[in-house]
Amino acid sequence: MLDWNILSFVTFLPLVGALLILLTGGKEEVAARNVRQVALWTTLITFAVSLLIWINFDTSEAGFQFVEKADWLGGGINYHMGIDGISMLFIILTTFLMPICILASWESIGTRVREYMIAFLIMETLMIGVFCALDMVLFYLFFEAGLIPMFLIIGIWGGGNRVYASFKFFLYTLVGSVLMLAAMITMYVIVGTTDIPTLMAYNFGVDLQFWLWLAFFASFAVKVPMWPVHTWLPDAHVQAPTAGSVILAGVLLKMGGYGFLRFSIPMFPDASQYFAPMVFGLSVVAIIYTSLVALVQKDMKKLIAYSSVAHMGFITIGIFTFTQQGLEGGILQMISHGIVSGALFLCVGVIYDRIHTREIARYGGLVHRMPRYAVIFMIFTMATVGLPGTSGFVGEFLILVGAYQVSTWTAFLATTGVILGAAYSLYLYRRVVFGELVKEDLKSIVDVNKREMAIFIPLIAVAMWIGIYPDPFLDVMHASVTNLMEQHQLALDATNSTLHATK
Amino acid sequence: MVLPEFSIALPEIFLAAAALFLLMFGVFKGKDATGPVSWLAVLSLIITAFLVVLGGSDTQLTFSDLYRTDAFGNFMKILALGASILAIIMSMDFNKREKMDRFEFPVLIVTASLGMMVMISANDLMSLYMGIELMSLSLYVTAAFRRDSVRSTEAGLKYFVLGALSSGMLLYGCSLIYGFTGSTNFDAIATVVAGEQGHISLGLLVGIVFLIAGLAFKVSAVPFHMWTPDVYEGVPTPVTAFFAAAPKIAGMALFMRTFLIPFGDAVGQWQQIIIFISIASMVLGAFAAINQKNIKRLMAYSSIGHIGYALVGLAAGTEEGVRGVLIYMSIYVVMNIGTFAIILSMRQKDGMVEDISELAGLGKTRPVMAFLLMIFMFSLAGVPPLAGFFGKFYVFVAAINSGLYALAVIGLLASVVGAFYYIRIIKIMYFDDEKEGFKPANRTMTWIMGGAGIFTALFFVYPAPLLSSAAAAAAVLFQ
Repeated sequence: MLDWNILSFVTFLPLVGALLILLTGGKEEVAARNVRQVALWTTLITFAVSLLIWINFDTSEAGFQFVEKADWLGGGINYHMGIDGISMLFIILTTFLMPICILASWESIGTRVREYMIAFLIMETLMIGVFCALDMVLFYLFFEAGLIPMFLIIGIWGGGNRVYASFKFFLYTLVGSVLMLAAMITMYVIVGTTDIPTLMAYNFGVDLQFWLWLAFFASFAVKVPMWPVHTWLPDAHVQAPTAGSVILAGVLLKMGGYGFLRFSIPMFPDASQYFAPMVFGLSVVAIIYTSLVALVQKDMKKLIAYSSVAHMGFITIGIFTFTQQGLEGGILQMISHGIVSGALFLCVGVIYDRIHTREIARYGGLVHRMPRYAVIFMIFTMATVGLPGTSGFVGEFLILVGAYQVSTWTAFLATTGVILGAAYSLYLYRRVVFGELVKEDLKSIVDVNKREMAIFIPLIAVAMWIGIYPDPFLDVMHASVTNLMEQHQLALDATNSTLHATK
Repeated sequence: MVLPEFSIALPEIFLAAAALFLLMFGVFKGKDATGPVSWLAVLSLIITAFLVVLGGSDTQLTFSDLYRTDAFGNFMKILALGASILAIIMSMDFNKREKMDRFEFPVLIVTASLGMMVMISANDLMSLYMGIELMSLSLYVTAAFRRDSVRSTEAGLKYFVLGALSSGMLLYGCSLIYGFTGSTNFDAIATVVAGEQGHISLGLLVGIVFLIAGLAFKVSAVPFHMWTPDVYEGVPTPVTAFFAAAPKIAGMALFMRTFLIPFGDAVGQWQQIIIFISIASMVLGAFAAINQKNIKRLMAYSSIGHIGYALVGLAAGTEEGVRGVLIYMSIYVVMNIGTFAIILSMRQKDGMVEDISELAGLGKTRPVMAFLLMIFMFSLAGVPPLAGFFGKFYVFVAAINSGLYALAVIGLLASVVGAFYYIRIIKIMYFDDEKEGFKPANRTMTWIMGGAGIFTALFFVYPAPLLSSAAAAAAVLFQ
């Protein structure tokens, strides 16, 4: 164990970078170059330090590690940070994706570079904070504050319809969140503290659990997003700049899944059990419906956005199976989806930077001019389809194994989503990469350059690593997931016995 | 004959003397009096604030129990005096430029502040009314201060006529309360109300309703808000900045003191009315602001909404609720002063502008100003980690702790609607193409907006001082 406050350090290190950027001066071009360098190095150092967390992480320990606690608002609301096997990988995912996002914005962002990088670095602090926070108010603070930089990223550097998309993103998320806030306040009033470990151990009455669960669900379902509150996602993704999409798909959506794991299941076990069929239903609809919608999309980013909704449907199924495989598969799939869908958005970004359109029909035959690009895109298409050997396979397989133990029909219907997923992904790939090279402007398109290779190589490495040898990732979560399941089962047994006792 | 204990009211006595002195000084000095009078007014308000602090936070009564000082009063007085001081400072440059720099303006703000202090310290319906009238009459005059402007005089007249009506209602309520309880003293009324054990007589109830109507007018809560948008828009901007802060504090202080001391045992009787007023204010403030084009009008609706949120804490009727209101009002005042410092800096080469569309592209032309306004807007919308979130958090904690779930949920949803118009301003500043832009803000404005911005943005780092002093102040009302 490390004896310094590594979590706070990692969380607030990007803020230091943001302050440094504020201080950089000079002419516009020089300043922009410096700003990019500072941002890149900040995120790289943050990533390096965050690896120390993983190295020093005790995989046999089910509880929270690296715990920090300090007085904050008083009245049972403290600055409390800590991680367990569930949250640890999300922090690594965030710090891993950030340098990639900065690199991806290297040339495509030419205006207001300083503000852009500051927004991203603040975003990083807030995202890491969400996964570290062990106090509800602190969690809410990080969770909600993330809206501000993302709103600006979409609104300032986004595409043509950016205003609509940014407003929709902001207001949709806010509606869900204020209901969650009401539930959090209710819990605070009952228990007298917002300390998450304390609340996990507290047994809320079954009736109250239902309301609280629904209020939290309102927030997390929007964030995941689940059908039918997913409509903000395609808009936000299409309009956001490439790096914004990567962060959105890679990390922000995971906050919803993480929320289920951190709040809904441990704090409201009975309600979670009760509502699990509803979650399955919504997830299955999401998987099949959005896969079909993805099939007919004309815009590449929109297609990937819909595929994200479908993939997140798998994750929510996995989480609500309450089985070892389902939960671990859900977490692993979140990590995998963060990398793969992020990479797919980056793939779109590569050709968008060259041709400035995302319309699928404007492409075709890229393989003739861009062989390396074709290979990269192929790898990630296979990963999103879930081909064995890629990260997508491990997660989906575990989820389906878990789902099969609980509900055969859910597993069956979800599996059709795998087929549909293959259909829209391969169809997209065929239309963009294969075929004759007929479009005039595509005849002079250049292949991926060194900077872009530097972006994709780590992503490919991780996607394959998870696919071929997922043990290091699964080892981390075993203890915490087992603990979560045991607590869940204990809580259910306790409720059942009291029900019998009253009968 | 025994003389009353004057020392307890020393700050008020000093301020009254200072106001008279400033008036004389201005008259005899003649032409160039405005500058010195303004600074002397600021100085005397600062001295008054010190005297308030030096007076200690013990609960003391004087003038035959008409007058009361305690920790609650001190908290609110410091807040109100601070808002007045900043209002004078913010007005100086504007008044000079717009050629309305007459020395009466700071003097009127001083007398209004005196009225507020009397309101905050009132322990009797008589002193309550005296304080309200002293404040209101000063405000009527400041509203019509730009006497050669039709809009300003119209606003002043409108404010006066409606204000007089509300004073009448308030007075009528006071007379009913006196008639049915036999006293105008808060403690005596409290004894009578406590004796009736929650079943107060109909006449007293009607009196309470009239009292609420009168007070709701002063804090511009729905359905007595009609004057607010017109007056805010019509009066000169420094006056709007003043109206939006200090009188609201005094009004809310009176609201809390009157309903928790004399009628503290009849919570069940007035709670529903406050809940209704609160919901109506939050909802109307959120929806009506959406279509506004004038930023002062928008801030008027915003202030109606914010009073609704503050009233959520009062509706809870608990110590926790009062604490929430105190925190809320403190944070609100800071955000509001910061916002108005920016509005007062919306100056182009042809003079002041008030149209929201003029903010377009401010993120490029005036990045610091735009950034600060963005902080204030997100904070007013209640987005964490900015200060406005904590204000909302504490009033809603109190509401939920009192079982007012519906109120809390409606309030939170209204805040989402409200967020729409706040982020619309951010959209105009950052997403739209730039327009003419503004001239640079002068130094005092920059300091004020910067200071308010730092407080709003970094409140979450060290919130303990405000939270604990608000808790101490709130405890007084429940002894």
